[in-house]
Amino acid sequence: METLFFTIVAAVAVLSSILVITCKNPINSALSLVMTFFCLATFYVMLDAPFMAAIQVIVYAGAIMVLIVFVIMLLNIRSETGKRSNHAVAISSIVAFFVLFETCYFLFRSTAAKEGMGPLTSSVVESVGHTELIGKAMYSQFLLPFEITSLLLLVAIIGAVVLSKKKI
Amino acid sequence: MLEKYLILSAILFSIGTLGVLIRRNAIVMFMCIELMLNAVNLTFIALSKHLGNIDGQVFVFFVMTVAAAEAAVGLALMIAFFKNRESIDVEDINMMKW
Repeated sequence: METLFFTIVAAVAVLSSILVITCKNPINSALSLVMTFFCLATFYVMLDAPFMAAIQVIVYAGAIMVLIVFVIMLLNIRSETGKRSNHAVAISSIVAFFVLFETCYFLFRSTAAKEGMGPLTSSVVESVGHTELIGKAMYSQFLLPFEITSLLLLVAIIGAVVLSKKKI
Repeated sequence: MLEKYLILSAILFSIGTLGVLIRRNAIVMFMCIELMLNAVNLTFIALSKHLGNIDGQVFVFFVMTVAAAEAAVGLALMIAFFKNRESIDVEDINMMKW
C-alpha cells in the first residue's frame, strides 16, 4: 500500500518537474513547481517529518513561489525568449544523465548508512512531537548556525532594498 | 525503503540540472535551482529518518532559509536587470563579458 502510494506521488512529482523545464510560459512552470513542492511535502509526511511538510507548504509553496509568480507577472515576460541550439540541448542532456548515473552508481555501491543508529524513531516522534524535537536541536546544538542564519537574512534584506533602488 | 527516496531525489536533481542548462529564461533557471535544492532536502530528510538522527532536518531548515534569501536577492537582481535591458534572457546578460 505504501509502495503504491509512493509510486503514484513520485510519478506526479517527476512529471510536474519535467513540466517545469518544458513549459513555454513561465507561469505554467511556476505552477508545476508548486505541484512538485506539494508532492515533496507528502513525502516528508511519509518520512515522519510533519513539521517540515508544513514548512514546505507554507514557506516554499506559499511565500517563495508567490514571490516568483509576482515577479513574473510584474515583468510581463514574453512567453519564450529564444531557444538554445540543438547541440547545447544534447550536451546538457548528456551532462544531466551523467549526474543521474553517477549518483545512482555511488548509491548502490555505498554501504556507509546503517539503519537506525540514532535515537529518532517513529514512536519518539509521535510521543514527543516533531516540532519540539526540531526546536530542541536547533536552539541547543545548532544555536550558532541559527544566529549566523539571522545575519544572512539581514544581508539579504539589505541587498534586496539596495538592488530595487531607482537608479542602479 | 531508503533507496527509492534517494533515487527519486537523484532524478529530480538531474531534471533541475537539465533545466538550468537548457533554458534561457533567467526566472525559469531560478526555479530549476529551487527544484535542485528541494531534491537535496528530500535526501536530507530520507537519510535523517533512516539514520534516526534529527540533524538532517535542521539542515533542511537552513537550506530553506538560504533559498528564501536567494529568492529575495535574485529576484531583485532580475528586476534591476529588466529595468536596464527590457529582457531577462541570460544571453543578454553580457555587460561584464570580454
